Amino acid sequence: MTSTIKPRDAKELRQAVEWALNEGVPLDVRGEGSKLALGKPMQCGQVLDLSGISGIVDYAPEELVVTLRAGTPMREVEALLAQRNQMLAFEPPDLGPLLGREPGQGTLVGAVMGNLAGSRRLSAGAARDHLLGFSGVNGRGEAFKSGGRVMKNVTGYDLSKVLAGSWGTLAVLDEVSVKVLPAPDQTATLMLMGLDDAAAVRAMCAAMGSPHEVSGAAHLPGRTALRLEGVAPSVEARLKGLRELMVDVGAKMEELGTLESRAFWREVRDVVPLNAAPDENVWKISCPPTEGPAILARIKAQRPAAQAFYDWSGGLIWLALPPSADADHGLVRGALGAAGGHATLIRAAETVRATVPVFQPQSAALVALAARVKESFDPKGLFNPGRMG
Amino acid sequence: MEMPPLDSAILARRSEIVAALRAIVPGEGVIDDLDGMRPFECDALSAYRQMPLVVVLPETVAQVAAILRYCQDNKVKVVPRGGGTSLSGGSMPVGDAILLAMGKFNRVLEIDYANRCARVQPGVTNLGVTKAVEHEGFYYAPDPSSQIACSIGGNVAENSGGVHCLKYGLTTNNLLGIEMVLMNGEVVRLGGKHLDSEGYDLLGLMTGSEGLLGVVTEVTVRLLRKPSTARAVLLGFPTEAGAADCVAAVIASGIIPGGMEMMDKDATKCAEAYVGAGYPLDAEGLLIVELDGPPVEVDHLVERVAEIARGRGATTVRVSHDEQERVLFWAGRKAAFPAVGQISPDYMCLDGSVPRGKLVEVLAEMRVLSKQYGLRVVNVFHAGDGNLHPLILFDANDPDELKRCEELGADILRLCVRVGGVLTGEHGVGIEKRDLMGVQFTEIDLDQQMRVKCAFDPDHLLNPGKVFPKLRRCAELGRLVVTQNNIPFPDIPRF
Repeated sequence: MTSTIKPRDAKELRQAVEWALNEGVPLDVRGEGSKLALGKPMQCGQVLDLSGISGIVDYAPEELVVTLRAGTPMREVEALLAQRNQMLAFEPPDLGPLLGREPGQGTLVGAVMGNLAGSRRLSAGAARDHLLGFSGVNGRGEAFKSGGRVMKNVTGYDLSKVLAGSWGTLAVLDEVSVKVLPAPDQTATLMLMGLDDAAAVRAMCAAMGSPHEVSGAAHLPGRTALRLEGVAPSVEARLKGLRELMVDVGAKMEELGTLESRAFWREVRDVVPLNAAPDENVWKISCPPTEGPAILARIKAQRPAAQAFYDWSGGLIWLALPPSADADHGLVRGALGAAGGHATLIRAAETVRATVPVFQPQSAALVALAARVKESFDPKGLFNPGRMG
Repeated sequence: MEMPPLDSAILARRSEIVAALRAIVPGEGVIDDLDGMRPFECDALSAYRQMPLVVVLPETVAQVAAILRYCQDNKVKVVPRGGGTSLSGGSMPVGDAILLAMGKFNRVLEIDYANRCARVQPGVTNLGVTKAVEHEGFYYAPDPSSQIACSIGGNVAENSGGVHCLKYGLTTNNLLGIEMVLMNGEVVRLGGKHLDSEGYDLLGLMTGSEGLLGVVTEVTVRLLRKPSTARAVLLGFPTEAGAADCVAAVIASGIIPGGMEMMDKDATKCAEAYVGAGYPLDAEGLLIVELDGPPVEVDHLVERVAEIARGRGATTVRVSHDEQERVLFWAGRKAAFPAVGQISPDYMCLDGSVPRGKLVEVLAEMRVLSKQYGLRVVNVFHAGDGNLHPLILFDANDPDELKRCEELGADILRLCVRVGGVLTGEHGVGIEKRDLMGVQFTEIDLDQQMRVKCAFDPDHLLNPGKVFPKLRRCAELGRLVVTQNNIPFPDIPRF
């Protein structure tokens, strides 16, 4: 039996955690629950629902900051920013459809907790780079805060970084301040047609190392896409420069305008190319960009049916493998080799995720250190027990 | 500035500790004579000085690990030091602590242009990274003004910024990985040439931890391609409010300049007298706005910025026409600190950060405080990101002036916090702002931070006396009192 507790403000949130601490009841902490199918399954009957603590607290476009409550839906934040031609520059993906749900769900804080990022990760960073500060409750039932609302802040430890990507296992947040940026006027995409993986990654790395300020570099089978964003005259000039740079690659080139570009990059961001077969296991591999093709080749040698595409100039491989009980985790992680990187099992059946390490296994020293960090926030293991394995 | 009392038991064991360090680092790597240690007695917060117990300069990661393990086993404190350029006393020695100087870790290990990163040892200077890659058109973005001397390891410890942070981020946004040694001697690697962390983002936590969590022995930084053009616009306003309005209007219009600096009239006068940059001496508020990128974009944005400035009543609008002129516009700003040094025996540089919208209010209140304390304050700051650097002019030889200067500084930082800002934007807490932490944080906030410290350094041996105003033992911090009154909180919706 699952029961739910749904606080309406920071005070009730603190009381709820205090209650859980006193009762020794672990909490399944969620906003809209859009990413519940991601991570290790939790054996946890008590839900702490944050959707009641919702709403924009303050939005100052000229300060490039928005402050909002933890349960605020992402769609609300994005709509608000769009009114002032601003955006979340880390381009948070909507993983709903990939995880078998409706699109358009999820909270901004949920995206922060997963440290999500889209194609602009390369030039603008991930959620971690945009979280300026937060307030919340630790596992001792204490209300605390870190960071602030200003752009530059080195006062005390940067706890925002360690909270981002913690999948709700360290503390429960009630409010966050997030950096926002102007949305680009124009977007253009230069498509290189027919390149193999190795040639595509070479082209993407050359583009990223050029002065043309490429803000996205993805390679799908047969198509390699380079994105340019900014004011119209700049995009036009850089597109011309990029075309000239790419002549040597010898591929046929096509261009996408602003609207087509937006649609294309939204599909890349949301991993739409791998949505088609819902029973396949989906992996996200982060690696040095130039290593991407070799890693994928090692996997494909064993699993020729694998479907994959690259983002982040080759440094992100989205990989779908035919169903298997162990999600081929040994093969996938073995393929990383000495170059470093990590593989996360993003989509798999609950039974698979229960037995396979969803997150990349770490060295014994790091496992011990991470456990001590966890304990420093949540000594009784109240929050999302076992979610990160 | 009060430091924790010296541990006489450790002082008594000095020769034994020196011998143990000599067994780890042979030859000249251990310095224990007064003359040899003198160069290490302070960092760039030079009003405070202290001789360390002994200085050790390891050359290998194994030596760093052995030193820390020895210190952990023997409960000896350690102060890590990079370039020694901290403005907050972050690397100031402690009398009963070993000073672990990382200066011999000064090699660039690998440059990987395809993956746009460089792997360097922590003692390489910030500018050294850019120097190593600029012939290929690349650079390392964070550019603190001490970049000739400050080390990358120190940049990680302090999460250093610079004038280009608004567009390119701080150190934390430009790191890919580190190798570090924990206090127990364990060597761990965080990140690498890939993006994002596989577990908790401990790399992000380490960045800006002021040498209290671990000792960095290798750093992988992100390289950026140099923008093809940069032009600067010099804008003079008859009021400070006009200049501040212009800053807000530029950002609200969707422009993120590469740099956006502001100087008040006194700072402008000092800088102009010092370098002759051609600054308008009638301006109450002077802005330098730098735009970088492809030439067409820069030209386009320069026009828009000039237009916004005129609309806000700018009396001077000058655009740099060539690289020489751009460098000249910056020369005054970059020399502002030494220029102020010409008109006062000493100055103290503060580092508060405030919401941009509060700049005018903060400047006005600062004037009032300056009068109250009878000390002049000159203002130079990163207007684009609200990071203030008020310079308080004083004479360190006059103990009363030093005391008043410290008090005025504290009042200015309290003011920053009161308007929604923070104590330090890029210089760090160190010893300088340590005792003000309670202005910004509650005891619970600080306890949580100290518990994180305990996860890395359970005996508080690394960089003691810094950041936290009052140290609590980890055992005490870890105690958890669970009350047994299980109030069901009937008001909270449950289902």
